[in-house]
Amino acid sequence: MDFKLKIWRQKNAKAKGHFETYEVHDIEEDASFLEMLDILNEQLIREGIDPVAVDKGCQNSGPVSFDHDCREGICGACSLYIDGRAHGPDDEVTTCQLFMRKFKDGATITVEPWRSKGFPVIKDLVVNRGAYDKILQAGGYISVRTGGVPDANSIPVPKPAADESMDAAACIGCGACAATCKNGSAMLFVAARVSSLALLPQGRVEAARRAKAMVAKMDELGFGACTNTRACEMECPKHITVNHIARLNREFLSAKFKD
Amino acid sequence: MAKELISKIPEGPLAEKWTEHKAHMRVVNPGNKRKLDIIVVGTGLGGASAAASLGELGYNVKIFCISDSPRRAHSIAAQGGINAAKNYQNDNDSVYRLFYETIKGGDYRAREANVYRLAQVSNNIIDQCVAQGVPFAREYGGLLANRSFGGATVSRTFYARGQTGQQLLLGAYAALNRQIAEGTVKSYPRHEMLDVVLINGEAKGIIARNLVTGEIERFGAHAVVIATGGYGNTYFLSTNAMNSNGSAAWQCYKKGACFANPCYAQIHPTCIPVHGDQQCKLTLMSESLRNDGRIWVPKKLEDVAKLRKKEILPSDIAEEDRDYYLERRYPAFGNLVPRDVASRAAKERCDAGFGVNETGLAVFLDFKTAIDRIGEDKVRERYGNLFQMYEKITGTNPYKQPMMIYPAIHYTMGGIWVDYNLMTTVPGLYAIGEANFSDHGANRLGASALMQGLADGYFVLPATIGDYLASHFKDPKTDTNAPEFVEAEKAVVEKINKLLSIKGKRSVDSIHKELGHIMWEYVGMARSAEGLKEGIEKIKALRAEFWQNVYVAGDNFEFNQELEKALRLADFLEIGELMARDALNRNESCGGHFRVESQTEDGETKRDDENYMYVAAWEYQGEDVEPLLHKEPLIYENIKIATRNYKD
Repeated sequence: MDFKLKIWRQKNAKAKGHFETYEVHDIEEDASFLEMLDILNEQLIREGIDPVAVDKGCQNSGPVSFDHDCREGICGACSLYIDGRAHGPDDEVTTCQLFMRKFKDGATITVEPWRSKGFPVIKDLVVNRGAYDKILQAGGYISVRTGGVPDANSIPVPKPAADESMDAAACIGCGACAATCKNGSAMLFVAARVSSLALLPQGRVEAARRAKAMVAKMDELGFGACTNTRACEMECPKHITVNHIARLNREFLSAKFKD
Repeated sequence: MAKELISKIPEGPLAEKWTEHKAHMRVVNPGNKRKLDIIVVGTGLGGASAAASLGELGYNVKIFCISDSPRRAHSIAAQGGINAAKNYQNDNDSVYRLFYETIKGGDYRAREANVYRLAQVSNNIIDQCVAQGVPFAREYGGLLANRSFGGATVSRTFYARGQTGQQLLLGAYAALNRQIAEGTVKSYPRHEMLDVVLINGEAKGIIARNLVTGEIERFGAHAVVIATGGYGNTYFLSTNAMNSNGSAAWQCYKKGACFANPCYAQIHPTCIPVHGDQQCKLTLMSESLRNDGRIWVPKKLEDVAKLRKKEILPSDIAEEDRDYYLERRYPAFGNLVPRDVASRAAKERCDAGFGVNETGLAVFLDFKTAIDRIGEDKVRERYGNLFQMYEKITGTNPYKQPMMIYPAIHYTMGGIWVDYNLMTTVPGLYAIGEANFSDHGANRLGASALMQGLADGYFVLPATIGDYLASHFKDPKTDTNAPEFVEAEKAVVEKINKLLSIKGKRSVDSIHKELGHIMWEYVGMARSAEGLKEGIEKIKALRAEFWQNVYVAGDNFEFNQELEKALRLADFLEIGELMARDALNRNESCGGHFRVESQTEDGETKRDDENYMYVAAWEYQGEDVEPLLHKEPLIYENIKIATRNYKD
């Protein structure tokens, strides 16, 4: 398969970015999107090496930087906005699990970094998602120390609650929710953590405090408000639903009432 | 100066060693802990749990990771589960049984005392994780559920769907976040350790590159903990994450920490087969699938030919024409034999021409029997996310047609040599999790990696490091302007400048791929003396080629992924040679290490306990000088050494 790629290039956080267009050829349909970018990078490196190409004015900005790591959809590192959708045109997948068979041969594909106030660009398609760590540091945990805890089976958890908690805990922190939200809200991310812990008896103890602290931190870091457009749910690669946002709101409101 | 290996295994009966040892270890009082700095490199299960626990104790901790967030460490990708000897199933499990099966699974090449301790603390891990809010799978009564894994006779694996590693890591990461918020731990994401700094022979800090700005930074401490995982990416294609690397461990080796059993690499039997030469990463399908999946190839070569030409579907092949070769060869364990056994059996069938895809390098993993027995819904509940992942990658629906799988490099049992306290041969330098060599012998059992990472990080290291620091609490803060730091930084800068100045003709990846081919061919699933010697020469030649002809795009003082890869590859090109050297030295087959010269008549591994019942620990002697081999004898006082038998 052959593709034309329009890719966002930006030297560093301060530089002005622009699109560059490249062509790639003979891509296998079983290749993943990131493997296709690997091939493009190999091509850009070859052009950089080749003195003839350089003499002919074939200047390129070098290989494209993009975050990636596990390439099996679980680490949450990959973060590309492809043809106007977070993680591209397939549903419930991360960019690394997007395969070229999902595109039409000969298509022009636009590739951008996450665009959100909360995630400033570091280089090309790489953004800084440190804000998500900070939100979790504000309260996304159960305050237990290592050791001195009761036997695991002394705290029974109803299976439906454990299952729902697991649904929310599947969040990989990739940032697609905030990147896709027109308000740049990180609500689904925050809700997933709050909800996952609030559903378990171990997490109930601090549930109110947690919800308040995490929401406050999210606001402080410049993420927008939630207006229930559900775009986040549509683009979440782990199918985390807005029901968790409802639970977060409930926790948050009841905490505020108690204040 | 030759190192001496002192394992420091405590005296006394096996079951009491750890308790007794802990009781007599020195501790640092709380007021003094605040004055002590500890560096932890790596934020996987080992690093995150260690840093969180050390922070809780009151030490000043700095934690480093190469990714943008600690949560992305590759522990996150572990799917199947974590073992513990809880005996919640009443199937007669015990600490002893978990210990015994781990030693046996490791083909009698692991240290007894370490493995026993691991089995002992396994139960505390489950308690800890549940208290942290890890959503383990549960029964309707609200209590924890278990499943079985390869090499085990009981059902002792705890799991969170197919995302156990993720959930355990998020638990450790949450504990870490809590400490970061409290200010006991400072986190340095997008920082890569490029050297460890020794002062008077003791580990006192690291040199790291800020991956965003390219700046080289110095960090001092009273002790350094390496938790950077394994070196499986030496093979280029593996189930490891793309950025997983052996460089931090390798710098420790070059500064005097012995490297143990480098040849023990685990080849996982259930990975999605390679699809073409553009691929850079292999995807694992959890071992837990072997609970309900049956592995087979056709009995008749004509069926194989038709399958490859896509004239028939796997489901068209009649039951009597299928060869469930694991059930046939190993009736007692069937599809749940350990990983090394299952991998070799797949290779044996494919070498005989029964591989079921176009490349001839694939076997079937079939769920039809399970779907008929328990229904599709139940299968979906157990493995839904794995089935979905398989379908996304291959475009085939595994509820309808069997999965295709093939072995791939997955985990490295070898690593930095550590004593019972997890300290390397360099005082003050510790190695935990996959980065050390200690608990899995020559083959790791499924669901034991998570157990070891967390055992080391939550329960072992926080106790043992105190014993060392108790004699260092009067030491002043480490001065990062000391000549040792200046020199180490200079060497790192020179290495980077050299790489950038070569401006050769080959990309980093093209050389890494070539190294991968050499490793798979000569240091892969079947190794011979002749092949290993050839492999060593090829690796040396490729290393020379790398240093003359690599092209590293971009500059130092910027975000530069090509430079990151080049620095890591420079080390893989040395690690690969040591792996081959160790494999050549070990003229026996054990666990994941299969020497063709040492096999039984029916092709099973043949150990040579008389000559090789030792840990091979290699000491660096300088560039292009043969490393020095030390042998730590393995002494089994509590279990009878036997031939590993999974047949009856």
